[in-house]
Amino acid sequence: MSTATKTAEAPEASSSRGKAPAGERIADWADGRLGIYSLAKANLRKIFPDHWSFLLGEVCLYAFIILIATGVYLTLFFVPSMAEVEYHGSYGPMNGVLMSEAYASTLDISFEVRGGLLVRQIHHWAALIFVVGIFMHMMRVFFTGAFRKPREINWVFGFLLFVLALVTGLTGYSLPDDLLSGVGIRFMEGAILSVPIVGTYLQMFVFGGEFPGTDIIPRFFIAHVLLLPGIMAALVVAHLILIVYHKHTHYAGPGRKNTNVVGYPLFPVYMAKAGGFFFLVFGVITIIAATTTINGVWVLGPYRPDQITSNAQPDWYLGFSEGLVRMMPGWEWVIPGGYTLNFGLLVPLAVFPTMLMVIALYPFFENWVTKDRREHHIAERPRNAPTRTAFGVAWISWYLVALVAGGNDVIALKFDLSINTITWICRVSFFVLPVLVFWATRRVCLGLQRRDKEKVLHGRESGVIKKLPHGEFIEVHEPLSREQLHTLTAHDQYRPAELPPATDENGVRNKVGLIEKLRVKVSRGYFGESGQIAKPTAEEYREITEGHGHH
Amino acid sequence: MKKLSARRRHPLAALVVLIFALAVTGGLYAVLAPSGEAKAEDSAQSLAIEEGKKLYDVGCSSCHGAGGQGGTGGPSLVGVGAASVDFQVGTGRMPMAQPGPQAVVKPTVYDQAEIDQLAAYIASLGPGPAVPEAEAYDPAGGDPARGGELFRTNCSQCHNYTGQGGALTHGKFAPNLADVNPRHIYEAMLTGPQNMPSFPDGVLPEDAKRDIIAWLDATNTSESPNPGGLSLGGYGPVGEGFFAWTIGIGLLIAVAVWIAARSAKAKKS
Repeated sequence: MSTATKTAEAPEASSSRGKAPAGERIADWADGRLGIYSLAKANLRKIFPDHWSFLLGEVCLYAFIILIATGVYLTLFFVPSMAEVEYHGSYGPMNGVLMSEAYASTLDISFEVRGGLLVRQIHHWAALIFVVGIFMHMMRVFFTGAFRKPREINWVFGFLLFVLALVTGLTGYSLPDDLLSGVGIRFMEGAILSVPIVGTYLQMFVFGGEFPGTDIIPRFFIAHVLLLPGIMAALVVAHLILIVYHKHTHYAGPGRKNTNVVGYPLFPVYMAKAGGFFFLVFGVITIIAATTTINGVWVLGPYRPDQITSNAQPDWYLGFSEGLVRMMPGWEWVIPGGYTLNFGLLVPLAVFPTMLMVIALYPFFENWVTKDRREHHIAERPRNAPTRTAFGVAWISWYLVALVAGGNDVIALKFDLSINTITWICRVSFFVLPVLVFWATRRVCLGLQRRDKEKVLHGRESGVIKKLPHGEFIEVHEPLSREQLHTLTAHDQYRPAELPPATDENGVRNKVGLIEKLRVKVSRGYFGESGQIAKPTAEEYREITEGHGHH
Repeated sequence: MKKLSARRRHPLAALVVLIFALAVTGGLYAVLAPSGEAKAEDSAQSLAIEEGKKLYDVGCSSCHGAGGQGGTGGPSLVGVGAASVDFQVGTGRMPMAQPGPQAVVKPTVYDQAEIDQLAAYIASLGPGPAVPEAEAYDPAGGDPARGGELFRTNCSQCHNYTGQGGALTHGKFAPNLADVNPRHIYEAMLTGPQNMPSFPDGVLPEDAKRDIIAWLDATNTSESPNPGGLSLGGYGPVGEGFFAWTIGIGLLIAVAVWIAARSAKAKKS
């Protein structure tokens, strides 16, 4: 295929005496100034492996591009001002209502600007799907161990992108200054105020005075359209450069080694695929936006601090912070002297970053346990790292409990349940469920490992029952192909760390620090008898298959 | 005159004076009292009260007690007014099928004529808000924009910004107001059923109630326009997030699987 394109693009014009074709001359001109030839030579044939789960990151990238494109269109019409105006647009039920210019211009975008409502809905849906994509992409990287050396920095870049996406989302859905998002800003203000000592100062600094003031929307606007996307774009570029530099991981299989990448070249296969995929993502999001309302601000009404609505939640990605607050009992202490510590907000405010940091720092924790300094380019199957997988699933369950608590009123309403019962179930689950899930997931992983071992040694259950001459029934097992055997046994297994002998060869006591003792303990949990099933060795396999041969 | 003065100390004189005084008072009252124009209606009213009492004794008295003074299961109905009966029975909330956190909407058991009779009976027990006139709750006569502001100030903290409903404590809830008969919305504001506070005319004047009804009519009926497309229940971010996590990412993963399967190798074979 590539040779065909070569002959088509570079005919013998350069060797003939006539003028070189225009395309070649332009390429020459650019190469002389930008050095694109060597760049293209090095990168156009870059190999990428083929697997749908590797496209999740691409979903995020495309959602980000869609967000920027639609966002630029929206900034043309949006007025980031909290000045009060009387609405006299085409949306009747708001006629004559006093509102901020921000809200009025959002109504205008929805009802007067050509294509405005569609673009607004594409922007908002793309934002939700962007963060969903980031979540899925992070899970893929986490559960396949693709964060191991040399990709730890890129994991951190990705995590920063995730956090920035949350903040950009918050500042973005606050911009219309509608009743729902205003309640969200009020929530944020309360959280800031609950910070001991500096809370009130911080609040005054952020809002430029008392809540709500007139500064917060212009400030959020600048953060949302300039500051945050700028940082995110830089991080996206760094993230992509590192992907190219590290090369992509691939799943184990015949011919796939830690030192190679098996897949297709960027040009032309991935150019076509990725380009096509971009348009498909854009198309899917546009269809959703064209048919399904998101944040119908026209019915929400303008924000007024004296008004409130039930079912007030942030967009889903911050729903867990809402849930943390809803779960937390409203405890407070009044310190003698009149200073109030509001634990109802302070504790969630501390748990919120902790939950995120736990998952961000996990790669470094695992590396500390394994003390593995090798590079890893083969993505692991989740079952082959049971403790990591169990940890990840437990974290997801933890997050989900907080998310459910954040929507407790809608769940109570829709399923005819008591909101108090849901809150109590969430409170207990927040501590109990991750432990249960951790235990259960590890058991499932170990079970799957046993099954893999069984398959390697005894073959696949064919479902054919044979009756032997002496009356015994056996099921015929079909031996696996060599490729399958390789795939199922390609992963390497760590040995649990051991404490050094109590004394060295000279009889001097070895000093072992507490931290090292802890590491050994954790390592045993990870890779000891109960942490993984030893994969079948070649000897075992030979013994069994030869044993079968004797029959 | 002599005759009269001679008998003024007669033992029966006081009685005669009393009878005379009573006759004068009664006669004057009969002449001066409000005219008896409503006489025919009165008899219709008393008939309705009578019929209503019969219905009440069969369908309601087991909880609310004979005579509406309240019982083991239900509160006293003295003074709740006809509007309350029209709302509770007209929406099927009463009679209740079973005790629970609050009465829920069911198909109505009584027809409108029977409901009116019940209402007349309950209204006869003590003064209370009457069923409103039709123009009081006609959405065409209200200003939806002003109604929206009133709604967001007084109602949305429980009923959600467009009246989709919301949860209250211990399984109680503020119901969805979509497609509820405007008369019932008006009566609910007037009487404050279940957990709802009441908004008598002194708190929320008649025209304010009509504005609120106009707002709900403009934004929260099955006929009101929905410029953005499917509404996902109108609950905001919870539904939207759920949609993004199921249909949104589901479609994209399906597309990703399809794209990943379309490799150059697959084409060759």
